Amino acid sequence: MATTVPEAATSLPSSSAGPTTHRPQLDDDQPPARPRPGLGRATSEERFVAIGAWVSSFAIAWVITHRVLPMPGTPWLLVVWFLVGLATSAVSTALVGRRTDIVDRVAGSLITGGALIVGAALFSTVGFIFKQGWEPLTHLSFWVDDMTGVGPRDPLGKGGVLHAVLGSVIELGIAIAITVPLGVGTAVFMTEVGGKFARIVRTIVEAMTALPSIVAGLFIYTTLIVALGVPKSGFAGAMAISVMMLPIIARASDVVLRVVPGGLREASLALGSSRWRTVWHVVLPTARPGLATALILGVARGVGETSPVLLTSGAASFVVVNPTDGVMTSLPLYIFETVRSGEPLLIQRAYGAASILLILVLVLFVTARLLARPRSNTSRRLRLTAFRKSS
Amino acid sequence: MTSLPLYDDRDDLAVKPRKISRKATGADAVFEHSARAIGATMLVITGSIGVFLAYQSIPTLRRYGFSFFTTETWQPEVDVVGIAAVLCGTVSIAAVALTIAFPLALATSLYISEYAPARIKSTLVSLVDLMAAVPSIVYGLWGYFLVMPHASAFSLWLHQHLGWVWFFKVGADPDAAIWDQSRYIGSAFCAGIAVAMMVLPMSCAVMRQVFSQTPPGEKEAALALGATRWGMIRAVVLPFGRGGIIGGTMLGLGRALGETIAVVLIVSPEYLIKPRILEIGTSSVASLIAGRFGEATDAQLSALLTAGFVLFLITLVINTMAAIIVNRSRSGAETD
Repeated sequence: MATTVPEAATSLPSSSAGPTTHRPQLDDDQPPARPRPGLGRATSEERFVAIGAWVSSFAIAWVITHRVLPMPGTPWLLVVWFLVGLATSAVSTALVGRRTDIVDRVAGSLITGGALIVGAALFSTVGFIFKQGWEPLTHLSFWVDDMTGVGPRDPLGKGGVLHAVLGSVIELGIAIAITVPLGVGTAVFMTEVGGKFARIVRTIVEAMTALPSIVAGLFIYTTLIVALGVPKSGFAGAMAISVMMLPIIARASDVVLRVVPGGLREASLALGSSRWRTVWHVVLPTARPGLATALILGVARGVGETSPVLLTSGAASFVVVNPTDGVMTSLPLYIFETVRSGEPLLIQRAYGAASILLILVLVLFVTARLLARPRSNTSRRLRLTAFRKSS
Repeated sequence: MTSLPLYDDRDDLAVKPRKISRKATGADAVFEHSARAIGATMLVITGSIGVFLAYQSIPTLRRYGFSFFTTETWQPEVDVVGIAAVLCGTVSIAAVALTIAFPLALATSLYISEYAPARIKSTLVSLVDLMAAVPSIVYGLWGYFLVMPHASAFSLWLHQHLGWVWFFKVGADPDAAIWDQSRYIGSAFCAGIAVAMMVLPMSCAVMRQVFSQTPPGEKEAALALGATRWGMIRAVVLPFGRGGIIGGTMLGLGRALGETIAVVLIVSPEYLIKPRILEIGTSSVASLIAGRFGEATDAQLSALLTAGFVLFLITLVINTMAAIIVNRSRSGAETD
């Protein structure tokens, strides 16, 4: 309708003196105005060409791989589809656009394709483990039994991974009890007390995050087991995990504490509270969601790491509850040992254990995400939706 | 009624300036000292690892000298040990991993920061973080059972068509009627794929973070001047995020060098310097330690510790450089 306004304005007699405003005269016979296409959004024709290029290239790729060239199998089809799709979209863009448009289209497709590959790899990993591990998970004994007296050829209904789950939980519990106070305490020292000594500590801690996990395991093996004569045990494994997790947790907490706004600290100090009270009542509560996330992600890293426990904890096939009493297995170690055995049924059990490990990591991860979400915001959104529903 | 204070001229009642001190008192002193004690404990624990590793390396280096770095084989029973082969294996596995992970991480981070619809952006960020949290043994299983058959078939294809490139050579006949799959599995290439999955989320997260700090005004200026989306990325986002790209890749490299369990699962150990990444048999420092610690005597343990120390030093140098590069790119962002 906007285009008709100037015409209506010019058609009016311009003899009247002075600038005046006229209401547009609406013509009832005119066709309804076409909505203007959004800025920067593709028109339906462009979208059709973009999608059509990929559909047609799928057909071409199928013909190439399954009829013309001997390239059987889905992987080749996908690879050829991607390449042909790039070419097709380049050609179809070249029909209407210039070189810049072609480069834009091809680069966009490449970037989207790369992201899709990464997503597919992640989902294939998780999906593959759960698909292979589903069978053992359906047996109750897999959850409540250990591997005492279970032979490599025994059916899945016999034996389970309770000992590995318990071992993981116990070792991780000890590791958390050591690393969380030390790690968070160090972070508090580095951010709240400061000084020259804190800078040295920070440098060393950041350097030690480069320590490969296998070297952490080897360190505990050499000092605790070989030199001090502590037997291979859950305790030694927990120490190895702690050595690996300490720098990670200290550094992550340090990052979280550093982004606490300085204004909050100053306000608390200005109101007369002591530094200790400022840390306990202002800094730590403010950083709580971030701290929780950092800790949980560190724990998720610790639960899945195999190499430290491989060297230090030894493998048991039965439930061990006392961490200082001889060998103790854990989930990643159990998976590693059973996969190496090469027995098909044992490998299936390994997949089951890997599924449990993945579930554990997923639960930790989702908890971390829920804690990291700003609380006031969500409750406000919930209240808003409730309000909208009621009205 | 107010009255002026009466000043006494006597010396002992003269006004003295209040003593100002930042020194903590009472509960604060306790807090400060305990925090310092915790920091000192942490310093002792972490520092002692480095010192211990360095101290343990002395007898090995004194015994084998520089030949420790040039000897290929690891045969402690005849007193010949060296880390030349395992270092080369570590580097070749990391190189394969980075070749795969770098373009994918760059594409994914660009997709998340520039192309993805705003609704799903946070979900995608979480997915990348989740990918980093998946245990390495899971990627090992994935790489060994799901990917390796396909990877060996792809290795054969590479060998057939690009066999003239020196690092694609394999000691087998590429055109045999029945191809010898056992020559193409357990290679640095297969291990590199699994390691790439662990490197990818790490470097992708760093890159995305730096890309998301691109000043929106400059992006909008490029678009307003008529740039296409890719033109805007090339002219604004990539130059701005160069530090993040390099730093993120180097952090990933540090992770790739130290990766153990996936490598141990996939490769068949062999202590030879070989550039043929598609052929069976290679080894890395981490897999050497994991494979040999069990039957090691004290002297051999010290040799393994030296290998671990060398690995730690390499990772440390790479991580430090990465941190410097990333920090520099960020501090540049704050000035403008």
